[in-house]
Amino acid sequence: MKRFWVLFFMFWPLLALYVCWVAPAYDWWFPGAAASPLGQRIDDLFYLILIITTVVFIGTQAALGYVLWTGAQRSDEGSEERAWFSHGSHNLEVIWTIVPAGVLLFIALYQMDVWAEYRIKTSFPEEVRNDPIAEVTARQFEWRIRYPGVDAEGNPLPLMPDPQPTDLYTVNDLHVPSGRPVMINLRTDDVQHSFFLPELRVKQDAVPGLVIPVWFEATKSGEYALLCAELCGWGHYKMKARLVAESETSWQTWLQELKAEQEFDGVVETSEEE
Amino acid sequence: MSTITPTADSLAGHGDHAHGHHDIGFIRKYVFSTDHKIIGIQFLFTTLLMLMFGGFLALGVRWQLAFPWETMPIFGQFFAAQGGQVSPEFYTMLFTMHATVMIFLVIIPVLAGAFGNFLIPLMIGADDMAFPVLNMLSYWFMWPAIMCFGASFFLNEGFGPNAGPAAGWTSYPLLSALVEAAPGSGTAQFWWLMGVTLVGVSSMMGSVNYMTTIINMRAPGMTLFRMPLTIWAMFITAILQAFALPVLTAAGFMLMADRLLGTCFFIPAGIVVNNAAPTVGGGQPLLWQHLFWFYSHPAVYIMLLPAMGMVSDMLACMSRKPIFGYKPMVYSLAAIAGLGFIVWGHHMFTSGMNPALGMTFMVSTIMIALPSAVKVFNWIGTMWGGRLVFNTVMLNSVGFVSMFIVGGLSGIFMAAVPVDIYIHDTYFIVAHFHYVLFGATLFGVFAGITFWFPKMFGRMMNEPIGQLHFLLTFIGFNGTFFPMHLLGIAGMPRRYADPYLHPYLEHLLPMNQFMTISAILMGFAQFLLLGNLAYSIFFGPKCGRNPWEANGLEWVAPSPPGHGNFETVPVCYRGPYEYSAPGRDEDFWLQTEPPGPRPETPGQAAAASS
Repeated sequence: MKRFWVLFFMFWPLLALYVCWVAPAYDWWFPGAAASPLGQRIDDLFYLILIITTVVFIGTQAALGYVLWTGAQRSDEGSEERAWFSHGSHNLEVIWTIVPAGVLLFIALYQMDVWAEYRIKTSFPEEVRNDPIAEVTARQFEWRIRYPGVDAEGNPLPLMPDPQPTDLYTVNDLHVPSGRPVMINLRTDDVQHSFFLPELRVKQDAVPGLVIPVWFEATKSGEYALLCAELCGWGHYKMKARLVAESETSWQTWLQELKAEQEFDGVVETSEEE
Repeated sequence: MSTITPTADSLAGHGDHAHGHHDIGFIRKYVFSTDHKIIGIQFLFTTLLMLMFGGFLALGVRWQLAFPWETMPIFGQFFAAQGGQVSPEFYTMLFTMHATVMIFLVIIPVLAGAFGNFLIPLMIGADDMAFPVLNMLSYWFMWPAIMCFGASFFLNEGFGPNAGPAAGWTSYPLLSALVEAAPGSGTAQFWWLMGVTLVGVSSMMGSVNYMTTIINMRAPGMTLFRMPLTIWAMFITAILQAFALPVLTAAGFMLMADRLLGTCFFIPAGIVVNNAAPTVGGGQPLLWQHLFWFYSHPAVYIMLLPAMGMVSDMLACMSRKPIFGYKPMVYSLAAIAGLGFIVWGHHMFTSGMNPALGMTFMVSTIMIALPSAVKVFNWIGTMWGGRLVFNTVMLNSVGFVSMFIVGGLSGIFMAAVPVDIYIHDTYFIVAHFHYVLFGATLFGVFAGITFWFPKMFGRMMNEPIGQLHFLLTFIGFNGTFFPMHLLGIAGMPRRYADPYLHPYLEHLLPMNQFMTISAILMGFAQFLLLGNLAYSIFFGPKCGRNPWEANGLEWVAPSPPGHGNFETVPVCYRGPYEYSAPGRDEDFWLQTEPPGPRPETPGQAAAASS
């Protein structure tokens, strides 16, 4: 029975490793390769930590298996061998304090650049730093998006802090140009929400009373999921929206169409025919 | 020497003391008892009851994730008004109360309340806690808290839809601050806050008592560095609690003032929720997050450190070997507790606080993995070269170590801020804290129950059933929680009543069904534990004072110990881990056994041992 338990304790880490190994094949893994440059760097960091932790996981579980197996032998019937009377080893303690400390410190310091680029405004890409493309306002349970719109000549206007008559609105439908960084201003009308683009690896809480700049870059045109990641009430799960990344020209066309649609007054030039 | 406790007079009075209280009635003896052992057992039974209840709530959550919007079998009839289905409102309430019950009514009180109470006086050789009446009150403040949490289920519009607080166990404002914000944000949220305040009062009374008792009431010879690691862990936990808890209590009162008096500590101006009048404002919800996590992060260690101490003791005993690196174990406990105070911001990496703070919190958080790693290495070192006994205690303790390795390693992912951007608020987090709080702590608790049960009731628990319980729980646990890592990597957010609404999560349904089936298996396995407890209390084989041949002072007392615990004041001559010492016939060496020829007085004993 002792041997059974040792094998039992060794079986499950092997199973865990196996499951992780096959997980990508079953799509139990990231929702596709990161669709943004920053997301790719986040994934790289994830894999770096995954490699380090896997090595530690295998090492510690193997050590556990070894001490369990030899410890079971020692307590076998007929074995007169007593336990090793030891209160520890100063040298080992020093080694297994300093080595992990070095590794951990490396992990911490190595991550900082990516974080700075993602969140600290002075290291945002220069072209977006002061030029938000839209204001995204979360509320129970939808995303309202305000674009600054375009002037009569079709040139984009700057986003103003307060709503302007020229602003364009959509709900649950965020369109951005792909292939370049864009910045949005994130707000909430009521409780907390969180702006989550899983394919782009972007997440930022929307906090009542704050306007938070968030930048991201969709490398490829396409449609991505946008959802809420902070509990906001019973309808939290259904704050379903989409991010549409498209080429610069089709994005501008879309804005023009939106403007036309929004300014459409309902008067259709068919009244004479009636 | 910091070892003085009872004076000669109080020692002499001991026997009389016991006789003097001989005729106290049933109520004073077993209900409103001031005896730390009875209080500990009361805490144990209460928390086990709550464990089952919290588990049921979790199964409700799991049911919805596996079979969304389908009628729940058996339990569906209790909320037949919604067709026995879990509505989204009900779902948010279920996970809110699951976490609340498990954290505030199970994990914290089972470690500090049950084991802390039962073990501290016995392991340090005291006759009771420093403040027995305060101790009794700390238990009896649990019940109003349970009532408040219980009331919060019913005080909206009945059980089911619109029932119960639903702002998550973290109760972030504004969801919890504005009555209109959600169906559960009304009366239910108020009673939830009352409940949290009352468990806080209970914990605080306990922690004051533990600190005083451990500092002042150790038996002669029980120096600080001869204390078992369980006691060190309880001591450090009590300090953590005493310093962190007032912040939560204050925050709770502020939130209550926001709700009742319109103070707006956490509410900014001009917020309109569900067409209510705009808020006056001036506050910030981030303030709550800082205050809440300033307590609740140390609370995570309150929920873990005592189990770490207990497992250290049990591993040493079942390996018949001294603990590997006793002092590094103590220092790493202290380091975890100390660092635990400066890492709270890692719950807030995506919250919108100053991003520069994210970097400092990242460094402190990642460094907290260091003392945790030292502890793991020392546990493995303790078993290394041991003569292992594979019983229920050992299995659960090894389960603790094995699961804690996973929980500790997965913590590094979310400590790293850029990675946390993605995995924050996904199931990866849920996997991580269940590996620590269930995989580690609860297996430690199961081991502890089995190990100290003979001392509590004078009988042994059933070994085959104990092993079967471990086997099923371990399999069910990993089946339930390991896949959560993968769900998190796949981007499945927490707290979603129906994640499959989002196309990129649709394919995760079969995996969720597998997890739910594992969880049900695990839930049923707990009846083995309850059955084993109930059976063994009455019919288990009787045991002597020291069935495990352990070294600690508690094993010198009778099983179960009478009022006042020890017949004579125990004198402590060595640390609690001198197993398999060379030159002795037995492989254990009681802390009270005098070295060489028996010295005549404790003074000589101390001199002889030093």
